[in-house]
Amino acid sequence: MTPVLASATLSGPHVDFAGLSPLLALLGGAVVVLLVGLLGSRWVRAQVVPALSLVALGTALGLTIWQWGEEKSILAGALRIDDLSLVLTMILTVGGIATVLLAWRSLAAREAAHGEFHALLLTSIGGMTLLAAAQNTVMLFVGLELLSIPLYVLCATEMRREHSLESGLKYLIVGSVGSATLLYGLALIYGATGATDFTTIASAISTKGLSSDVLLLTGIALCLVGLAFKSSVAPFHQWTPDVYEGAPTPVTAFMAVATKVAALGVFLRFFDVALVEAQSSWGPAVATLAALTIIVGNVGALGQSSLKRMLAYSSVAQAGYMLAGVVVSTQLGVRATVFYLAIYLFMNMAAFAVIIARERQAGLGDNVQSVAGLGRSDPWLAWPLTLSMLSLAGIPATAGFIGKFYLIDAAVAGGYTWLGVVIVIGSMISLGYYLPVIATMWMADAPAPLPALAGGSPELDEDLSSPSVKGVQPEVLLVAVLAGAATLFFGIVPQPLFDLVHGVGSGFGLF
Amino acid sequence: MPLSILIWLPAACGVLGAIFALRDKRALGVFALLGSVAALALAISYIVGYSPGTRGLTHVTDVVWISELGIHYKLGIDGLNVMLIGLTTLLFAMATLAANLREWDRPRLFFFHFMLAESAVLGAFLAQDLALFVAFFDLMLIPFYFMTGMWGRGPREERVRATIKLVIYTLVGSLLMLAAAIATGVLASQQNDVPLTFVLSNLQTLPLSRGSQEWIFLFFAAAFLVKMPAFPLHGWMPDGYRTMPIEVLMVFSGVLSKVGAYGFLRIALPLYPQAAAHFQTLMLLIALASILYGSMVAFTQTDARLIAGYSSIAQMGFITLGIFALNSQGAQGALLQMVNHGLVVAPLLFIVALLSRRAGGSEDVREMGGIAFRAPVLAALFLIVALATLAMPGSANFVGEFLILLGVFNAKLAIAIIAFAGVVMASVYALRLFIRAMHNRPGKNVESRDIGLLDRVVLVPVVAVILFFAVYPQLALRRGEDSVKAAVAPAQAALRGPTFAAALGRFETGPVTGTGNGEAAGARP
Repeated sequence: MTPVLASATLSGPHVDFAGLSPLLALLGGAVVVLLVGLLGSRWVRAQVVPALSLVALGTALGLTIWQWGEEKSILAGALRIDDLSLVLTMILTVGGIATVLLAWRSLAAREAAHGEFHALLLTSIGGMTLLAAAQNTVMLFVGLELLSIPLYVLCATEMRREHSLESGLKYLIVGSVGSATLLYGLALIYGATGATDFTTIASAISTKGLSSDVLLLTGIALCLVGLAFKSSVAPFHQWTPDVYEGAPTPVTAFMAVATKVAALGVFLRFFDVALVEAQSSWGPAVATLAALTIIVGNVGALGQSSLKRMLAYSSVAQAGYMLAGVVVSTQLGVRATVFYLAIYLFMNMAAFAVIIARERQAGLGDNVQSVAGLGRSDPWLAWPLTLSMLSLAGIPATAGFIGKFYLIDAAVAGGYTWLGVVIVIGSMISLGYYLPVIATMWMADAPAPLPALAGGSPELDEDLSSPSVKGVQPEVLLVAVLAGAATLFFGIVPQPLFDLVHGVGSGFGLF
Repeated sequence: MPLSILIWLPAACGVLGAIFALRDKRALGVFALLGSVAALALAISYIVGYSPGTRGLTHVTDVVWISELGIHYKLGIDGLNVMLIGLTTLLFAMATLAANLREWDRPRLFFFHFMLAESAVLGAFLAQDLALFVAFFDLMLIPFYFMTGMWGRGPREERVRATIKLVIYTLVGSLLMLAAAIATGVLASQQNDVPLTFVLSNLQTLPLSRGSQEWIFLFFAAAFLVKMPAFPLHGWMPDGYRTMPIEVLMVFSGVLSKVGAYGFLRIALPLYPQAAAHFQTLMLLIALASILYGSMVAFTQTDARLIAGYSSIAQMGFITLGIFALNSQGAQGALLQMVNHGLVVAPLLFIVALLSRRAGGSEDVREMGGIAFRAPVLAALFLIVALATLAMPGSANFVGEFLILLGVFNAKLAIAIIAFAGVVMASVYALRLFIRAMHNRPGKNVESRDIGLLDRVVLVPVVAVILFFAVYPQLALRRGEDSVKAAVAPAQAALRGPTFAAALGRFETGPVTGTGNGEAAGARP
């Protein structure tokens, strides 16, 4: 659709720096942060580095907002700046800001010498924004790797904890398999269509009548598997609980939110733009995967005593819900998915912030007992987690209700009523694990006070030997309260979010 | 005055109380009481101001809530809900007063949840948008989840288990209803080629295909029947009733069960008339099973709460029976009976609490007995409530049950005849409860005393309302009449035959051709 930009001239492609600016801010920030992290002063490393990361993310967010309303392809059609990529970039940067705040005084950041931790984080977010805007298969793969490789390292940043290393290694292996599969699929699609550009692929499929071509369908299947690995769609989700549980909690929060945003963003653009002509071929398959994911994720989360594992399975289920928006290939579906991604950010950040706060306070790790009696002892943490759980379960007056409503609406309108019913059945199962968390918070007594922090890891004791252990760290509390408040606010006044996602997918040529 | 004030006043008082009554914990309850009494006053003014024979909605508030989804924040009063909001506010005021008479652990949270519950229930009754109704319907359960789990009786483990069972049971129904509601809006707009809308009055003019209606109706019915509860879906009831604090149970049993029945009249019958006609026999059989099962279990129970609980199943069975007679007598009787049942079950439960205080804390009827001897006033009040429960001729409950049976008699003779047995059984369990508790040999821990002044303040007004309705049931009947007729008319038409329904459908979409359907079609707003 953009032949002008691709016209072969001797000079390199025109670089639209304005469109590229959020990405440049992130990657530039990564370099600066890495260099500042080399300075000797501990104070600089522990305080200035995260502050600079926040500046970089804030700048990227600001530049994204400045670009709002643009509709253009940049870098010779490699990237697409439109409402979808801009909204996703906003979600990603906000998620990044929350992650930096959560990681500010974490063990992980300290063990990774602060600079490296934050540089990796920024690079990964850069990869995600690239992915959200990618408009050809090469860029897609570059973005995916830029996203993944820093994450493999980030998972293993608590270097002295076995589970963290295990988590990093597992993620590396599974992630590489996923990447390889995806790459192979992309190659096959190129072979079938002769194009790397999404729109050219789409037109090739329709003009050459490839929608039942074996080569193309094999390529699509492999791409689906590769992306399913990344977005933890069943049956390719098995790594998720282990990796989420093992990774440092701020990194888990980041993976749960940002990776999902990026992966679903790719799903939307790749499947609903490049492969939309073959929708009749992949639609049923993806719908089946979505249904399977919803059931597997929700059933897996039942009875988990580790909050992180529980949230990992819940994130699998949520990916399934969002896939319903991809399957229908309508603009409504795209909007519903992006809407859900936005609220998904708030719901999960609230939950993870509380888990982090309790990990540092209670010394029980992420066991569900760490929040026992929280309603009495610390309502400022209990309410955000309560709202988050209710929202994830889809209870009215929280954003999750509206999000689920929108997704089911899109599914039914797209002719997938049964998938809407599966979403609802999934929500029913999910009550079986969200409600007990709330019950533990409000209806259980706090566990007998531990002798100091005995029972926690020695690193934790060492890290938090200061008296501030008793109180919640303000930045963590801030994230919890803001995210919880947003969950409630958008449940009652969802219109701003609807306005935000209104233009998403408008250039896709969908219904 | 906008209806939003009525809805949100209680919740606002709960929040304000939680914020301002920092020092004095007593003040909290007073805040809540003020909110609930003010809501009651508002509701009474709406009842008084509602003139029977009004067509359609009054006091309409209609604001677009989510334009993308066609969801409106639309509220309104008509004959279906005007008495029910009166009932809701009355029982909540009574229960708030009762709750003020005892100490609560974490009172701020308790009264916050209590008032939020009132707001949500009022919202469910007043909502005139399907999505809004679903939202309130689901929301109202959440405060009860907290109240049961945090302040319920019994050991913690058991309590939490009962709570989660209660919530999952009822939310399973509600979530099915969510899917069905969305499907209603989407399919109705697709099949009729109009923009997406969830406003009830719009949806009534957009007929759904019969196939869609049927599964959607079943989903809704599941939600409503669980909430009531009806016979095969009542599994949460015994645990829930045993666990809830009595003040909470009063409103739960008195009001929340009515939302289910109300949902049939407000949503299921007008929107899915063909399905309602199709499943009439099924629903009547469920209702009949509820009546027989509830009554029979009620007179084997010894826990006074569960007697009330199982009698509720039976009474709700009667209400369902009346609704699915699919004629105006039955539905009118059902609507009257909703109010009546709420009016008797809440004082009954309060009396159970009073009795247990006199029987050494036990709620087992075997350990009560002989209480009337030293408590004549309590006995008199209890007797009035008990006689109303068993639908003594002269009580409004008698009028309600009579109308229901009359309606069913016209619809399905065999079912009506069996249902008459339920009337007899009601007198068995109600009198059994009264006699075992008040007369008989005194239980070993019984220390009877008459009802205290504060408890009288709680109980007497409601008993006075029962007596008032016994004399003047017309207050409810006349206000409900037109709206009830309008609500059952489409289903009634569908029942009379497909040709008639087809004529009705033509009437909705095209110019008027027939005259025989004037009653049914004209009644629609």
